[in-house]
Amino acid sequence: MTQKIDIPHESDESKEVRPTFFNEPPVMYTGGDLPWQWEEDGMVCTRSAAWSAPGCHDGCGVVIYTDKETGKFIKVEGDEENPYYQGRLCSRCLDVAEAVFNPDRLLYPMKRDPKKRGDADAWERITWDEAYDMIFDTFNAIREEHGGKSVIFASGTGRVTPPINARLGYAFGSIQYSYFLSGNACYVPRVAASNTIIGCYTCPDFSMQFPDRYDNPAWVAPKNIFVWGNNPLIANADGNLGHWVVDCMKRGSKLIVVDPRCTWLASKADLWLQIRPGTDSMLALAMGNYIIENDLYDHDFVDRWCYGFDEYAEACKPYDLGWASEVTWLPKEEIIQAAKYMAEKPTAVQWGLALDMNLQCITASQAVCNLWCITGQIDIPGGMITVHDPYNTEVWLPPDPKEVFTPEEEKERIGSTYQMITNSGMVQCQADSMIDQLVTGRPFKIHGAWIQSTNPLACCGQDPKRRIEVGLKNCDFVVGVDCFMTPTLMACCDVVLPLCFYPEREGLRSVWYYIQNTNKACEPMGESKDDFQINWELGRRWNKDLWPGDTLEDYFSYLIQEAGITYDESRKMNWIYPEFHYRKYETGEQRPDGQVGFNTMTGRIELYSLLLQQWGQKPLPYYAEPPMSPVSQPELAEEFPFILTTGARHYEFFHSEHRQMPRLRAKHPVPWFDINPEAALELGIEDGDWCWVESPVGRARLTAHVTPIIDARVIQADHGWWFPEAEAEDVGEGCFATYATNINMALPSKCGDTGFGDQCKCFLCKVYPCTPEEIPLKAAEIPQDRFADGSFRNYTYEAKMEA
Amino acid sequence: MADTKEAYGLLINYEYCTGCKSCEMACSVEHDIPIGEFGIKMVEVGPWEYAPKKWQNDCVPIPTDQCNLCAERVAKDKKPTCVKHCQADVMEYGRVADLAQRMAAAATKYVLFVPKAGTAK
Repeated sequence: MTQKIDIPHESDESKEVRPTFFNEPPVMYTGGDLPWQWEEDGMVCTRSAAWSAPGCHDGCGVVIYTDKETGKFIKVEGDEENPYYQGRLCSRCLDVAEAVFNPDRLLYPMKRDPKKRGDADAWERITWDEAYDMIFDTFNAIREEHGGKSVIFASGTGRVTPPINARLGYAFGSIQYSYFLSGNACYVPRVAASNTIIGCYTCPDFSMQFPDRYDNPAWVAPKNIFVWGNNPLIANADGNLGHWVVDCMKRGSKLIVVDPRCTWLASKADLWLQIRPGTDSMLALAMGNYIIENDLYDHDFVDRWCYGFDEYAEACKPYDLGWASEVTWLPKEEIIQAAKYMAEKPTAVQWGLALDMNLQCITASQAVCNLWCITGQIDIPGGMITVHDPYNTEVWLPPDPKEVFTPEEEKERIGSTYQMITNSGMVQCQADSMIDQLVTGRPFKIHGAWIQSTNPLACCGQDPKRRIEVGLKNCDFVVGVDCFMTPTLMACCDVVLPLCFYPEREGLRSVWYYIQNTNKACEPMGESKDDFQINWELGRRWNKDLWPGDTLEDYFSYLIQEAGITYDESRKMNWIYPEFHYRKYETGEQRPDGQVGFNTMTGRIELYSLLLQQWGQKPLPYYAEPPMSPVSQPELAEEFPFILTTGARHYEFFHSEHRQMPRLRAKHPVPWFDINPEAALELGIEDGDWCWVESPVGRARLTAHVTPIIDARVIQADHGWWFPEAEAEDVGEGCFATYATNINMALPSKCGDTGFGDQCKCFLCKVYPCTPEEIPLKAAEIPQDRFADGSFRNYTYEAKMEA
Repeated sequence: MADTKEAYGLLINYEYCTGCKSCEMACSVEHDIPIGEFGIKMVEVGPWEYAPKKWQNDCVPIPTDQCNLCAERVAKDKKPTCVKHCQADVMEYGRVADLAQRMAAAATKYVLFVPKAGTAK
């Protein structure tokens, strides 16, 4: 059925995907007609992008108000002129004053004797020069003795940090750019799968690539929007704001939600598929089979632009409605209806983390991605647009390690034997291998760690043995960079560098669609600095070629050089959108060589993935029963009858952040798990009760949130909790009691055979009430002597105010 | 509220209110309202399933007696802060006469609040 169009392409020996080549059209749209700063009622108003800290994946347009006389921060409001969110803001950003003036925010660099890790009273204030000297000298000594590869550079989820963190490591001479989540199972697997199949990433078209948004004449609202495995209203993941889905609903888009829970979107959906966790690929394959059998796919698109359709169609065949219905818990009619919606054009898919947090995450992503390919949604208005970093600005994706390292040196990256991670453009260490290596010292010992804007002890670390903490403590020297003293910094770090918040910094914001400056509106508190500045200053000590420019602003100009403007000019333009074109594969804009087609080996979308095949994976999507499910473990399921899924988000918090902001915390003071009323009744559990959620590997305490939105066979648990008000030192449940309520204590650290994926969203558990003695956090009071000699609190905002 | 002889209010298209509580936070911050008190409070009616796959799940923000309809902002031609920051973009401020007229043509679920501060004097 597939006709191969002969598009001559140079063969790519490395068989590696690096989708950062894009040549922008010579037209850009900016906000240059607007001032970036003005005065109002004795206040200075500065237009900016809220691109962390505090963190999130969006960087919405804001106006920061400061006092004209004192220069002090007053408040932040949404920027109604900014196309991205048109003045709207979430409660976390509105509450940023509680971050800026937070009594616990760190103001000064500090050091602590590595022998005294975990001791809250062993900190000593130092100058930035001392801190930089110490880091420079100690890391250099480690490099000379053990090689650069023995220092890891770890950051958390994508905000400002990942690319500059990678670049800092590269400047030092370490390939170990990394983060700690088991199976690197957040976003990265989906991007890797998409890069592999399509040669780039695709996003649902909510008009965000146009400065005139919903009014743009080329744009149409998606006919159907699939929200698959995420709750974007709250998560706002990956540069896409969930409320754009609501904007599209108002404009007539139909909504199909695939979620085990009846989220707000699910409750309003035209079709809600209450799927069994971990069975997404089965649903996708059955939909693919139905679409093909009933001839609902886009023949023209498949013939011209897809490779391996026949093989894909054959691979879908076993997945009939009967089997799929049994496996997914979904009625056949709902699967059929979903397939019909998918086949209509244009359909957009907002997919999410549930696909990553599965051991078969790559094949699940491939199964879903193939659906929007065979139905011809690629790069059409209201469909799935192909995206890239605008002007190749390195603010979202990391730099190419080939700029610095030889292929031999690249092989030293931890987990580089996982072909899929190594070659799919992700350039990260494999997290589980890295944690193993930190703990065991094999095949070589990790001697140093740079931990920037991440709090893995609270947020990652799926393992009841607290192996991240054990592993980091095995290092000779650990540096932490953060706004607050987190459990990770308190337990493991020897030097702490204080980060400032976004109203206090310069920076560049970009996720896929446009670039904008983050403009400094007020001076940073104390001696805190922003992470661009820290990495530039330190990075230059190691390698000025990788961190060019005489000033930080020069460096920003270097980052946006392909836009043909300087950072100062960019500031005056407010936001810069390269002209967006649909159907780039028809014009040669989708490939570095200017040929038509996609940036893959065959020049087509590879429904049958030649790269996956070369990397030792199955080239076609398939379903495998999750290893821990009532189906695969019927005997175990008698004792552990619930499917455990974790990490659903709340409006108040971004992962482990914001627990110390009083207004936010008041709305959600303790961690909870969702349990169906029927199940709760049977177990004698009432709303608000402290309970154990116990799996075959461990257990954690959370409070019951009794709600009908969840299936009676499923439990959903909060993640990322720690208690800034609790004892800073580990009195049995981790620093700041981070292990007291941590659902990661009930999950294993184990990835799939691609190196990607974990079991955070599909495991087994039982639930039972805590005894009164077991209720945690009785000690969660602010310690009496907050400012003991050497206490880290002496170097916080509150101490400064007292002094 | 230039004319105190007529009522002013908030028109809310609660068909699409997602319950994000940006209104609550925007108000608390703007008017420095203590924790536990509200100038506007989001109330959930639901979720419950009243028929197979039919869910009652409404979120409705209700202005309280501490709401002054952002008099200082409105005097400067700005929107009330809850209206401006509403993530679902479902709130509108204005003369009740105008809002009621808009509500008369409602194709989705609407509610019109006249808080104490907006009543005709």
